[in-house]
Amino acid sequence: MTRYQNMEQLTGDFYTQNFAKTAREGSLILNLGPQHPSTHGVLRVIVELDGEYVMRAEPILGYLHRMHEKMAEVKTAAQFIPNMGRVDYGHAMGWNWAFVGAAEKAGGIEVPERAEYVRVITCELNRIASHLLWWGAYLLDLGAFTPIMYAFDDREKILDILQIPTGSRLTYSYFRIGGVAQDLDADCIRRIREFIPWFRSRLPMYKDLVSDNIILRKRIEEIGVIEQDVCRRYGATGPVARGSGINYDVRRAAPYSVYPKLDFEIPTSDLKCARGRYDVRMAEMEQCLRIVEQCLDMMPEGEVLVKGAPKPSWKVPKGEAYFAVEGARGKIGAYVVSDGGKNIYRTKLRAPGFCNLSLFAEVSRGTILADAVAILGSLDLIIPEIDR
Amino acid sequence: MNAIPAELLRILIGLVAVAASVGLIGLVMVWVERKVAGHIQRRPGPFEVGPSGVLQPLCDALKLVGKQLFMPSGADPILFWLAPVLAFLPVLLLFLPLPVGDGLQALNINLGLLLILAFSGLAVLSVLLGGWASNNKYGLLGAARAVAQSVAYEIPLLLSVLAVAFVAGSLDLAEVVKGQGTWPWNWNVMTQPLAFLIYFVSALGETNRAPFDLPEAESELTAGFHTEYSGMGFGLFFLAEYANMVVVCSVATALFLGGWHGPVLPGPVWFVLKVSALMLLMVFARWTYPRVRFDQLLVINWKWLLPLAVANLLLTAFFVKLAQFA
Amino acid sequence: MIKEALNTMSDLWSLMVGLRVTKKYFLDPQVTVRYPWKAVSNIDSYKGHLMLVGGKKDKGLAKCISCGMCAMACPSNCLTVVKRKAPKPTPEEEQALAEAKAKGEKPKDKTPKDPEKFLYDFTLCSLCGTCMENCPVGALDFTGSPYLAGYSREDFHFDLVQVLKNQAAIEGVDESAAPEAGQSEA
Repeated sequence: MTRYQNMEQLTGDFYTQNFAKTAREGSLILNLGPQHPSTHGVLRVIVELDGEYVMRAEPILGYLHRMHEKMAEVKTAAQFIPNMGRVDYGHAMGWNWAFVGAAEKAGGIEVPERAEYVRVITCELNRIASHLLWWGAYLLDLGAFTPIMYAFDDREKILDILQIPTGSRLTYSYFRIGGVAQDLDADCIRRIREFIPWFRSRLPMYKDLVSDNIILRKRIEEIGVIEQDVCRRYGATGPVARGSGINYDVRRAAPYSVYPKLDFEIPTSDLKCARGRYDVRMAEMEQCLRIVEQCLDMMPEGEVLVKGAPKPSWKVPKGEAYFAVEGARGKIGAYVVSDGGKNIYRTKLRAPGFCNLSLFAEVSRGTILADAVAILGSLDLIIPEIDR
Repeated sequence: MNAIPAELLRILIGLVAVAASVGLIGLVMVWVERKVAGHIQRRPGPFEVGPSGVLQPLCDALKLVGKQLFMPSGADPILFWLAPVLAFLPVLLLFLPLPVGDGLQALNINLGLLLILAFSGLAVLSVLLGGWASNNKYGLLGAARAVAQSVAYEIPLLLSVLAVAFVAGSLDLAEVVKGQGTWPWNWNVMTQPLAFLIYFVSALGETNRAPFDLPEAESELTAGFHTEYSGMGFGLFFLAEYANMVVVCSVATALFLGGWHGPVLPGPVWFVLKVSALMLLMVFARWTYPRVRFDQLLVINWKWLLPLAVANLLLTAFFVKLAQFA
Repeated sequence: MIKEALNTMSDLWSLMVGLRVTKKYFLDPQVTVRYPWKAVSNIDSYKGHLMLVGGKKDKGLAKCISCGMCAMACPSNCLTVVKRKAPKPTPEEEQALAEAKAKGEKPKDKTPKDPEKFLYDFTLCSLCGTCMENCPVGALDFTGSPYLAGYSREDFHFDLVQVLKNQAAIEGVDESAAPEAGQSEA
């Protein structure tokens, strides 16, 4: 490997220069991003290309760093909840849950049963919305323009449903320490019941339009193979791990809430390639519908917020707590350390996207540029969550 | 003595008509494409300017004309500005030998097909120059893709066209059309279905239309070879793409779908109808399929289209010879 | 060999199936709502910027008791409640006050409870609803209006007391009207 001889000729910022130092002579260094159609936000990937082949790729993070963990140190527990909706706009409910769950665990607060069901319903609906967003955007990456419109048509219905109890359409701040902000009213439940069969009828159309399409199959089959040990080394979770055949889902591995009472499957795929991750997400949407259906039937009457729920000035008792939930992208964890003061001493947020992205550098090596984009898309990245 | 000025006059009128119609077709096609895409995606498409938004492309064209022409630093000024012009000018020539109706042809030469194929090959040069001269890495990659793609897809395209030329015994488009009849079973597509299929797929590749729009694959290369073009520089590339679409569809109509032949309605109407149908199919394909990968694109060409085209050509030649003996 | 050929055929058929789907939706009616002429039907559950709730008798007078719980609860410090100063007592009242003091009674606070100003900075608000939940008298609510727009930052600094008064004045004409730029005074 010959190195760049004339270092002073290197252009670009620190990252590019640093990356180029070890580049081979004659290779092309290309910055994908921070503004690039395939990175869905402000992710930046530096790639070293030999023709169309990716020799090396390196994701550069931090373009959307918003200090959420620092903000947790200057707010009380209840005041920090609105932040959680902003961490991951795709699956805001999961993040809501992770933090609220950690605070409840630290404070030893019981949640009314109806609230648990409401949490599961909203979280799973949000998961479908998140997968639909991924599905549309991923196919956009692969050059199909129309699916995202159909996906958003369906997603819009979920957003309408979730708007009723939450009042917002994207960055929900719905969970409260000790329950949820508002009960699902009759209109909302009616809409959910209407939505389930309707969305089931849409899934075959998705299959016809793209899942079975030979061009798509050729595009995503056998590319971006992630071995199980790679997943374990990088801490990949969610559909990325399940697409490689690792049967790990927090809802089953470390059950929380009412999930043990529900009957649903954890879809996995042994394909290990982008197709496996695609299949897992498509199957997961069906499972979400099953979960929501059961929850609607099993949901008891009652309060949705525990009596004497913590006020904003509530202090988390001294101690620490960790709570993890299964988000649309993987394991969302919130670790709360309190010294008994007004604000939480330290909050650590474990973002699944961060771990999932970190294996990209290894997996993308030696692929074609178009494949690298397809692999990047198949990891389902939400940049604000990665940077936090 | 009289014949030469008449021919000259005809070419002159033809050129003017072609230049006007290319502009018009560009505008109409932009509107159709956006409208069809809109309806496929369950949205209305343009609907604000004029009835159903028909004037929208005109507004867009005006906007493009009004935009500042911008050239990146380090670009080669001559090649950079030559490229869009080179993309657009040969297209005008391509329209000349197209037989719209019986005798309705701007330039009646017996090598019309050859002229079209020769000049359509120039399009790749403009893409290469545009991508190369912009001093942009995405542009360069797009240009490299465009060259490999165009060179590859030209071969099966030629071979499939040649098969029809064998049957018709002429390279004059008007002659080929005359050899076909009124009804669909009299058309060449019946005797040469494989050639038609190969032609159509190659044409998609040749015009850089989705699912073969790799030179401008926006999820990988932002906009590929025309990343750095603004205003009418981009506009000319855009116009050339649509004009090229019309040309390949017209040639397909003339070669395979009986050209101006058709019952009841006058010839030119049938010709336009058939071309429109093919164009609609191209538009539908764009808004339905994902993009193929670059190596797959070449695999489709070298491993499938090319052998099939050669086999088809051999078979055709065999039967043509057999028919001569019989 | 035959199997491969069949596979190829089914692969090609998948392309046709895709075209069939797009054709179906091409002919189906559109779902777009042409916005400026027609509005979407789901805005009634939307929760927009905050407003003060008026009293039952006087709709222009806020229910708010200026306790400041909302301002304390707000995660983004976008609320400021300015309490009213006690009105200058009249000579008779002053006398009564002195008498009451002499008797050892606690003087009654005559200060009106409604706030003088209720400053709301919408540029900071994240619409989390914490203020509403912590209001002891239910004096705060979300407006259902998604149409709030302005030309400058200042347009989003409201004095909700003023907004409520103006709204009560135009009550019946247009209930859901968003507060306009002129009404906002920070």
